[in-house]
Amino acid sequence: MAAPPPPSPDPQFVLRGTQSAVHALHFHSGAQGQGCPLLFSGSQNGLVHIWSLQTRRVLTTLDNHGGQCVTWLQTLPQGHQLLSQGQDLRLCLWDLTEGRNAVVDFVHLESMGFCRGSTLAMGQQRWTLAVPGKGTDEVQILEMPSKTSVCTLKPEADAKPGMPMCLELWQADSSSRPLLLVGYEDGSVALWDISQRKVCSRVACHTEPVMSLDFDSQKTRGVSGSAEKALAVWSLDEQQALQVCRTHEITNPGIADVKIRPDHRILATAGWDHRIRVFHWRTMKPLAVLAFHSAAIHCVAFANDGLLAAGSKDQRISVWSLYTQT
Amino acid sequence: MEPAAVAAAVRLAVQEAVRTLRSSEDGGTVLSALGRLQRFLGGTDAPALPDEQQEFARLHLATVLRCLVSRLSPAWLELLPAGQLEELWASFFLKGPADQAFLVLMESIEATEGPSFRLMKVAELLARFLGAGRLTAVLEGQCRQPQEPAFPLFQETLLARLVGLPDLLGNQLQRENLTIFLPQNYFPLLAKETARALGTVVDSLRGGSDCSVSFVSQVLGKACVQRRHKEVLGVLVPQLTVLTEGSCLWQRVCWRLLEQVPDRATEAVLTGLVEAVPGPEVLSRLLGNLVVKNKKAQFVMTRKLLFLQYRHKTQELRSLLGYLALDSQRRPMLVQVLKELLETWGSSSAIRHTPLEQQCYVSKAVLLGLGLLDEVELRASREELLASLMAGVSCRLDSSLPAARRLGMVVAEVASARIQPEGPPLKFQYQDDELSRELLALATPQPVGDSPSRTSLQAASAPAETPEKGALGDGAPQTQPQGSDSEPDSDDEFVPYDMSGDKELKSSKAPTYVRDCLEALSACEDWERWEAALRALEALVLRSPAATREVSVELTRALLHLEERTSVVGFDGLRQRALVAVTVTDPAPVAEYLTSQFYTLNYSLRQRMDILDVLTLAAQELSRPGRLRKAPQPSSPGPPSWPDNAPAPAWRAVVEERIRGKTRRFSRGSARSIPAGDPNSFSAVAGYFFFPLIQRFDRPLVTFDLLGDDHLVLGRLAHTLGALMYLAVNTGAAVAMGKALLEFVWALRFHSDAYVRQGLLTAVSAVLLSMPAQRLLEDLPDELLEVRSWLADVAEQDPDEDCRALAVKALLLLQKLSDKLLPLTAP
Repeated sequence: MAAPPPPSPDPQFVLRGTQSAVHALHFHSGAQGQGCPLLFSGSQNGLVHIWSLQTRRVLTTLDNHGGQCVTWLQTLPQGHQLLSQGQDLRLCLWDLTEGRNAVVDFVHLESMGFCRGSTLAMGQQRWTLAVPGKGTDEVQILEMPSKTSVCTLKPEADAKPGMPMCLELWQADSSSRPLLLVGYEDGSVALWDISQRKVCSRVACHTEPVMSLDFDSQKTRGVSGSAEKALAVWSLDEQQALQVCRTHEITNPGIADVKIRPDHRILATAGWDHRIRVFHWRTMKPLAVLAFHSAAIHCVAFANDGLLAAGSKDQRISVWSLYTQT
Repeated sequence: MEPAAVAAAVRLAVQEAVRTLRSSEDGGTVLSALGRLQRFLGGTDAPALPDEQQEFARLHLATVLRCLVSRLSPAWLELLPAGQLEELWASFFLKGPADQAFLVLMESIEATEGPSFRLMKVAELLARFLGAGRLTAVLEGQCRQPQEPAFPLFQETLLARLVGLPDLLGNQLQRENLTIFLPQNYFPLLAKETARALGTVVDSLRGGSDCSVSFVSQVLGKACVQRRHKEVLGVLVPQLTVLTEGSCLWQRVCWRLLEQVPDRATEAVLTGLVEAVPGPEVLSRLLGNLVVKNKKAQFVMTRKLLFLQYRHKTQELRSLLGYLALDSQRRPMLVQVLKELLETWGSSSAIRHTPLEQQCYVSKAVLLGLGLLDEVELRASREELLASLMAGVSCRLDSSLPAARRLGMVVAEVASARIQPEGPPLKFQYQDDELSRELLALATPQPVGDSPSRTSLQAASAPAETPEKGALGDGAPQTQPQGSDSEPDSDDEFVPYDMSGDKELKSSKAPTYVRDCLEALSACEDWERWEAALRALEALVLRSPAATREVSVELTRALLHLEERTSVVGFDGLRQRALVAVTVTDPAPVAEYLTSQFYTLNYSLRQRMDILDVLTLAAQELSRPGRLRKAPQPSSPGPPSWPDNAPAPAWRAVVEERIRGKTRRFSRGSARSIPAGDPNSFSAVAGYFFFPLIQRFDRPLVTFDLLGDDHLVLGRLAHTLGALMYLAVNTGAAVAMGKALLEFVWALRFHSDAYVRQGLLTAVSAVLLSMPAQRLLEDLPDELLEVRSWLADVAEQDPDEDCRALAVKALLLLQKLSDKLLPLTAP
């Protein structure tokens, strides 16, 4: 009865030409009705490429990180503004309106780590930014665009979770208090209440450093990937306590990035084993193992329309369309 | 009336009636005579006086009954119409005192020869007698103390008749036997009647009169001695279990019953009882402190059932040991027994000379006993127990039989945890099997109690447990509660793509040349490369034999010294396969190297056994027919007479075609193609494999002493030599090899290790199979005779079951061989 599974799919298209390992990807659907969807990519050599998904060509190249690796890209909800984080310890804010490409502001970072930042819109023009702080185990919270430091989240002296490895700011629908999820070097994930500056809950998910995490605020359930051979799915209950629901074994160790699709139905992981893995988010059923790249994959990103992109050390960006039609 | 006058009157009346019965052919006369006699049995309208009745029963009843039986014939019964006389006749047997009636019936059955009318009538009457429950009366009669001392001969006869009834009836009636007389029906009936008789005894004891159960004990004992304990106790024990519950009088009667079992029947009764009771509680209730009072019972319970036999089930052991634990008077006995059990368990001689099943049995008893001891007792004898335990463990771990080793490990773990709960737990690595699980289950100290209630509890809880397990088993329902946000399940239509390509990632490239592999394996710090080389080696060697031959010995050396430094999955298999491939590719030098290394210093036992394994596997591969055809090797050492394989089929096909064209066949059938013969590649090199191994086994090295401690390797060596011998069948070297191997076997035949003996027996079988029969008989007649007597000895007396089986197989081979030779040598 059971039909053989369909053969593993091919990428919809492949973007070449970054000439350096790709470390950050971000989709931008274009401001309401105007312009085509864009894909931003940040690479090892410090360049940020802006790709048009229509022509599949580079539209612009941004260069303001002094040849240092670009680790994080994020557009701001209000219009054409792009944040880029680089290893040159700068976080640049670009104005891209109407074809401009100028740095309008930058934040000086104090940590050399690979930890990516996180943003949360707080109002019409205000937003909160979380970045790794000065001390090795600290996270700094900034009020933007004023760049005022709100607070520094430092774990208690006896906790020793190591460096923060990944950050995720979010806010429950019912309350206005911003919360921050931090994946630490010791494999634990902690939930910080920013207004009270204390850890609500912390749970050990992995035995290796947490490389990446993503959180589904609807289901209050999150997933994290680490250097080990397992994904952890954890949930947050009403008392704001984290608990591990399950771990999912994978074949090869190392997950560089994990993202849940905006419609909360599937998730994708970027594997050091050159493979993208796709899972059903609710059941964690494996759906696909995409073997296209020839080197470790550093990042994955989902567009609002369901398109999946992966950037790899082999200098290519593959774009996939999986389970999009419903 | 005076007693003497009564006696005279009765005698007169009876004599007259009997005379009438004997002679009269007239129905009326007979009827009146019987009527007169019936008065003495009571129950009629005008019964005789009680004194008269007693006198009649005591002295005259047997005579009357005998007379009645002797008159029995069709004509006599028809003296009165409608079976009236038969009914009257039967009533004498059914109503009068039961013991005499029973004896007369049995006597007449025994005396009557062959099936006849009278025999059938009497047998039917006996069946009625049994059916009416008269056996109870027989037994009761013996329990009630008679006024005069019991007549031993009478009791003896009655006993023999009671227990021997099925045999006697079976013999007499042959095919006409009635079902009630079959042992499987009769003995349960006897047991039921016994219980009823005991009931009467208890009643009369309550009434204050004296009783003796010794006759019932004898019946019980005799039935058990005749191996009818299952039928008898199977019925009696459940009844007694119920009756003794809460009744002291019943318990006392029961204890008395078992105490009075004659000594020679004690074992049979106790064994049957232990088998029949459901648990220690019941056993204790039925037996009382018999073990303390009776020497014989003590011997049976504490020695015979535990040390001399090993057929009893675990449940029976549990009953037995639990019984010892249940009473403070018996507890010292339990401690003593446990010490002795552990001593036996730990004695190295016992380990070597008792069969494995018995060792298992003793182990179970030890674990059960340990479970029953309390803390105080354990503390008091901890040192002693530990010492015996450890001796046994070390002996077993030394053993070369895997089953014995595992037994040692399991018992050591369980027992040490019990004896010394506070110390660090012992933990061995062994594979779970049925036995180990059973032993582990025994370890949990069970509260002494009635086991049926417990088992029924378990039975009740078992079905409740399974659905729960089922729910735990599959993960899908478990995740449901989390996804409770009632999202439409359209996502389930997401069909997974093919994920078969999701393999572990290997980062380094496998080497492509044998020399590269050698280099990577011998001096490489790059572990991924090392692993890749190991994985690739076998295929490379088989693909490029010429390149392998250049470096075969170095490669073998590298592989032999390879250590598993990273935990590569399947390391041992990979290494072994690579070694075998190298040996097969270049047999002579590699075999020479390996066999020489086997007897040098500085190898671990593991490596030496690896050498043996590799040699065996390589020999097997070399001798496999059809090997060359599958992998054609142009430069392989083939016979020179066949210089070229390829053209042969071409001309052969042409010739065959021509033959077929010119030949007329009268019948089909021989057209089947016979598999083409191949030269055995092992033939040329068998000597390199075999002789260096067999030559030096008796010269000990500093680190390696085959005849001393390293008997595991010796056993493996014997097996290997046997295998090599077997694989060398039909080769030129077989005769010389067989002679050497028989000498080897002869030197070691009394080795104390079972594994070595198994190896030797295998080797003998291999010699018998591989050497040409003619040469065997011509060259080694004396050796064969010696081997034969040794094999017969082993087959009979060896404690190891496998050894016995192997010896029997070898004997069969020998027999076949001589059968084959006889027709050849006879003419």
